[in-house]
Amino acid sequence: MSGSIQDTFFEECEELLEATDEGLTAIEGGDHDSEVVNAIFRAVHSIKGGAGAFGLDDLVAFAHRFETVFDEVRSNRLDLDEKLIQLLLRSSDHLSALVEVARDGGQVDEAHHDTLLAALDEYIPEEEEDLTFEPMGLGGPAPMMDLGDLGGAPAEPQEETYRIRFQPLKEMYGTGNEPFFLFQALKDLGELTVTMDENELPGFDAMDMAEAYLAWDLVLVTKETRSKVEAVFEFVEGLCELSIEGDGDAEAEANALAALDAMFSAPPAAETPEPDAGSAVPFEPPVPAPEPEAKPAAAEEKASAPKAESGKQEQRGGPKPTLRVELERVDRLINAVGELIINHSMLAQQIANLNVSDTRDVETELEGFKNLARDIQEGVMAIRAQPVKPLFQRMARIVREASAATGKTCKLVTEGENTEVDKTVIERLSDPLTHILRNAVDHGIEKPEDRESAGKAKTGEIRLSASHRSGSVCIEIKDDGAGVNRPRVKQIAIEKGLIPENAELTDGEIDNLLFAPGFSTAREISNLSGRGVGMDVVKNAVTGLGGRINISSAPGKGSTFTIILPLTLAVMDGMVVSVADQTMVVPITSIVETMRGSDDMINSLGADGTLLSIRGNFVPICDVAGGLGLYRESEQQAGVYLLVETETGQRCALAVDDIHDQRQVVIKSLDGVCGDIPGVAAATILGDGKIAMILDPESIIAASPTAAAFDTERRMSNAS
Amino acid sequence: MQAEVKQTDQEVKHAEHSEFVSFTVAGQAFCLKITQIREIRRWSPVTILPHAPADVLGVMNLRGAVIPIYDLSARFGLQQTEASERNVVIVVSVHGKPVGLLAESVSEIISINPDDIQDTPPVDSRNTMEYIQGIISHDDTMVRIINLDAVISAPEQVMP
Repeated sequence: MSGSIQDTFFEECEELLEATDEGLTAIEGGDHDSEVVNAIFRAVHSIKGGAGAFGLDDLVAFAHRFETVFDEVRSNRLDLDEKLIQLLLRSSDHLSALVEVARDGGQVDEAHHDTLLAALDEYIPEEEEDLTFEPMGLGGPAPMMDLGDLGGAPAEPQEETYRIRFQPLKEMYGTGNEPFFLFQALKDLGELTVTMDENELPGFDAMDMAEAYLAWDLVLVTKETRSKVEAVFEFVEGLCELSIEGDGDAEAEANALAALDAMFSAPPAAETPEPDAGSAVPFEPPVPAPEPEAKPAAAEEKASAPKAESGKQEQRGGPKPTLRVELERVDRLINAVGELIINHSMLAQQIANLNVSDTRDVETELEGFKNLARDIQEGVMAIRAQPVKPLFQRMARIVREASAATGKTCKLVTEGENTEVDKTVIERLSDPLTHILRNAVDHGIEKPEDRESAGKAKTGEIRLSASHRSGSVCIEIKDDGAGVNRPRVKQIAIEKGLIPENAELTDGEIDNLLFAPGFSTAREISNLSGRGVGMDVVKNAVTGLGGRINISSAPGKGSTFTIILPLTLAVMDGMVVSVADQTMVVPITSIVETMRGSDDMINSLGADGTLLSIRGNFVPICDVAGGLGLYRESEQQAGVYLLVETETGQRCALAVDDIHDQRQVVIKSLDGVCGDIPGVAAATILGDGKIAMILDPESIIAASPTAAAFDTERRMSNAS
Repeated sequence: MQAEVKQTDQEVKHAEHSEFVSFTVAGQAFCLKITQIREIRRWSPVTILPHAPADVLGVMNLRGAVIPIYDLSARFGLQQTEASERNVVIVVSVHGKPVGLLAESVSEIISINPDDIQDTPPVDSRNTMEYIQGIISHDDTMVRIINLDAVISAPEQVMP
């Protein structure tokens, strides 16, 4: 139970961190609007609150400082200069790191933690700083509850006794709040006596597990102000029935009560968001939305009503209502839709097999069925699709960290953040992108002084963009650094025995050496990149997603990595071919051209090698049947060629027996059915109910002796 | 589903007898506990898996799921089956995943008293021994009880 609530908290944290990042990026871009600052403040505040509920002290303490600095900014006591913005960005990164540590375990970089805390403290005025020692931070700086501004200001601190009646509603437990922590926080304020009232507890039979029955009567003797006491309950506001009676003088009490009333009755619309919003975002209820109105700094005491109004508007303009759905449910739906598509093609085949003269009506309906099925499929896929924005924001963090580690200055410019890509693709893109970006900072971007002498801006620019391009997603990472150092790349490749010493390679071929297994340019293993993992890992990750990666580079101007990925992982366009009496599917993305070959187009090279001549160019032929270890029972020869291009730009003609059709196929993973089969990527189910293998041209070519041999031969012949 | 099976297992324990489905593979009689079997289908040509070992016939479409089909005979180290329309595919569930086993033909459902199951006497065919849990005498013929986990989890590497 608590596990799942904690999960929800971390999910929320992710969103809040995103919001923080987004806000800070906007501020960095020059948008110092108070709304932006408020949004960040609220996000950090919510993280702090949640972390408090789970007793994550490190996180609370840090979030608190961070928030306090923001409070200063919010009240215009601090100027957002470049230095502060950089500090805030770094702090936000650190906050993410702390959340990660809290979630996954691990170690916080203590030194970094302390440096940041010290740096943040510099911006916090003395008296505020005192508050940072407040336990758990549950109370926070508590400007919002400062009744001093609203009611009569309490005089000098003196012992006072508060009688608190606290009765949580079940919603409070639902949001992961825990009375124990509240009591603990109260206890830190003074002497506390807790009495539990279990009168409402029903008999065991009548008990509803989800209901809240318990109430507590608390007596607190403290020197602290009433506002401090109330602040403890800040996060459970609206989630419990709470009455606090102090035995101070009656007038003050009346004032305070009036003020309390004002807080709990007038703006609740803004405080507690619409119930549905609350349930969709379980952690949200203590939305600190009303905080702006309680700013003590606002000397011009505005009435609370119009501000509550503005709070409301904010929420209206905020994120669209969303629904949290278990991923598994969506996947089940996707599977069902896959079945539907297969079912459609089976039906079509059955009808075609029927001996009916006039099938036009049925075909019209069948066409409608097909369109509907496709609509549903696209709709379901859209559920899984997510904007790349969070991923890109994380990448901004990577670039900042990398820049700090290398002493270079770079900024990441992102484009097309709202491009939507399948969730799995996004998840699996994170590592390759991180790698590429670290490399770009470490190897691509020059040192500031070098950049200046080269006549470039001191700050390097890395452009990360995403866009849809005819059925696939294109992700581009472009830096304005020095470009690939080709002589050195070649030197290293020769040293590592990747290419023969006398090889003559085109610029493109040299650039692609970066992707070769076992290639790493870093002379010494730097902190950042070069952990013994090369760009080949990046390439494998991308090809694992059914995508391709290319590099282009211009010396002195920078390099561009282009990643082309399929839109979804569940359906793809394929060409249905037959190979040795088996029906197979070749992904359409890898096919450049198809042609029917005649004898005079085939040239022998050596004993076994054959080349296909296409408009004067010779391309090695790779027999698919041979590559897969299949033997033709019939005498039919492979007479149709699919011209495919590999990532290295190498072309190869795949010889198949025949081409049947081009159609959308549902990808069925072979994981768990059999081991890894070289040359086969996955399987699909065809219209006749038969299973067909989906081929992986890349690995077929790699396994084919002809094509591989030809590749070396060409290199050698280039060299001579 | 899972719960159902468990319950049946318990019933089996309480009852004296448990039911087994007997079938022939390469002329020999084998059997599987009836609760292990999901369905029995007529053989239809499968899709060949490239580079697959000899005892993996290929994959079949079972209502939208891709399931592997093993040749039990080859798996037991007997001769390879020339699969035809007369043969059957016994679909079993191993670790929640459906798997098809090619057998020559299904014979009957037999009721076995657990006490009648005899341990497999040692013979010189290691391949077969591994996959046999015990033997039983039924109508004067010997029926071999298959150890399903051993059959399926046995190494199934892909030949290079």
